Amino acid sequence: MINWTTLIIFVFFFLLVTVLGFIAAHWRRGDLTRLDEWGLAGRRFGTVITWFLLGGDLYTAYTFIAVPALVFGVGALGFFAIPYTIIIYPLVFVLMPRLWAVCRRHHYVTPADFVAGRYGSKGLALAVAVTGILATMPYIALQLVGIQVVLATMGLGGAGVGADLPLIVAFLILAAYTYTSGLRAPALIALVKDTMIFITVLAAIILIPLKLGGYGNIFAAAAQALPLKKGFLILPPPAYLPYASLALGSALALFMYPHAITGVLSARSGRVVRRNASLLPSYSIMLGLLALLGYMAIAAGVKAPAPSLAVPYLLVKVFPAWFTGFAFAAIAIGALVPAAIMSIAASNLFTRNIYHAYFKAVSSAGEEAAVAKVVSLIVKVGALLFVLVLPTQYAINLQLLGGVWILQTFPAIVFGLYTRWFHHGAMLLGWLAGMIWGTYMAASTGFRSPVYPLHLGGMTFNAYAALEAFVLNVLIAVVGTIVLDVVRVPRAADATARDDYEAEEPEMVAPVAAG
Amino acid sequence: MKTGPSSKPGARGGGRASRPAFHPWYLVLLIPFIALLWPPFYAHDQPEVWGIPFFYWYQFLWFLLGAFITQIVHVATRPRSAK
Repeated sequence: MINWTTLIIFVFFFLLVTVLGFIAAHWRRGDLTRLDEWGLAGRRFGTVITWFLLGGDLYTAYTFIAVPALVFGVGALGFFAIPYTIIIYPLVFVLMPRLWAVCRRHHYVTPADFVAGRYGSKGLALAVAVTGILATMPYIALQLVGIQVVLATMGLGGAGVGADLPLIVAFLILAAYTYTSGLRAPALIALVKDTMIFITVLAAIILIPLKLGGYGNIFAAAAQALPLKKGFLILPPPAYLPYASLALGSALALFMYPHAITGVLSARSGRVVRRNASLLPSYSIMLGLLALLGYMAIAAGVKAPAPSLAVPYLLVKVFPAWFTGFAFAAIAIGALVPAAIMSIAASNLFTRNIYHAYFKAVSSAGEEAAVAKVVSLIVKVGALLFVLVLPTQYAINLQLLGGVWILQTFPAIVFGLYTRWFHHGAMLLGWLAGMIWGTYMAASTGFRSPVYPLHLGGMTFNAYAALEAFVLNVLIAVVGTIVLDVVRVPRAADATARDDYEAEEPEMVAPVAAG
Repeated sequence: MKTGPSSKPGARGGGRASRPAFHPWYLVLLIPFIALLWPPFYAHDQPEVWGIPFFYWYQFLWFLLGAFITQIVHVATRPRSAK
């Protein structure tokens, strides 16, 4: 059943951002035939745009659906998203300005560019690039799943040949403006998207509790309903380690994702990055509030056929039709922003670190950008086919694996920001071990849980598989470095210098006068 | 190597500020990690506030405290604020 008011509002906002996406090509005009203009928007974004861009990039439509869905299904454990999104910013504050500085100095566009320069190892750079692309693809697919969920709730989709048509149309639009405008498109659209999400969340956390008799009632209803589905309102001791390790592992992993690094590198200065590290937590609060929607759905007695439908069903139930259309548009547009940035980041990696490095030397900046634009299309079509052809569960499983995988690039990238002590061969071995063992752990639980029971010396540690694989990765990198240096396996040259990481770009507005 | 084509002219000595890898203030950034990665601190029902269990409002409170701490360190480590 289609509610036309909802649909018309939804389509209106969707078209609005489509127009914005194409206009973006002319925004802060740059030569879009260069890769750092197309793929990093010329590294010119200031504090405000970077805030919207990173916020729109990190808090994806899938997050908005999946976090409340997890809370709806299992309760307290789903709230690991809160510590996760709090501890992430001290990390960003300390680490990312260093990465920004060295990438700026050497014109690096991708994390793999940095690894190639730092370690002089094409192999290690390839490992970082391939991991980044592998982890990003299912993430893009999940953004489509996010759109699918709201389309299905509106009565679009269902069965038949035309069922997937709305999704295909949405994606063609996305592909077209990403192609023409590059990173400028999601940056401009993020302004609209974030505003819409804020309005939706504010309305939800004020109006829904009013209807349900306050937060006390909502928590009381959750406390009653959760034990019936084997969930819990307060974390029990056996869940402490899974909870903390999920939070820590996810926090360490997030800024290793290529789309997050792309967001960081498009900033104007290291200072903009640092300022954002102290401003982005205000965005995280929204995610925490969204998580509460899971309990509101329980309290409102939402009967969702799948947990992922809990929030859309809740919105339909409590809001007038026109506002539901607005909220659904916010979620769908929330999928477009990260999907665009992810496809740009993946194509940057492919172009610079695989195509150029291994297949055909790209002779000019124009050729490089041209290749990246085409690859961004291929990446998106791949994600679309993934969602249309395979069951949704595959994308979810692979995204879980993606988190495990991407954390295995942490040592090469982050340790590399501080030291050249590690041997590139040992880093490669550590990465390989982490990838294999992490994949094995995730597969052995049938992808049902990111938590893997590790038996060590008679004790069992239930922890996030990504973190367990990461520990093995680091151990091997340390031992391997010692061994490789003892047997004198040669090291390659380091293209970077200490000053590259620490130099502070002068900011035009800052007064230089000293007091 | 570092004076290759990518390094900017006048990059050295032009009054450029630089940020060392470590600053004592960075230790302050460890506080949110301790407060949040040890669930025994906060996995409790009581004290409730407006019917919201401690487990929830404690973590929400840390959104503000975490942002506040990062902001303090940001201001304290700004190159020009030193002298």
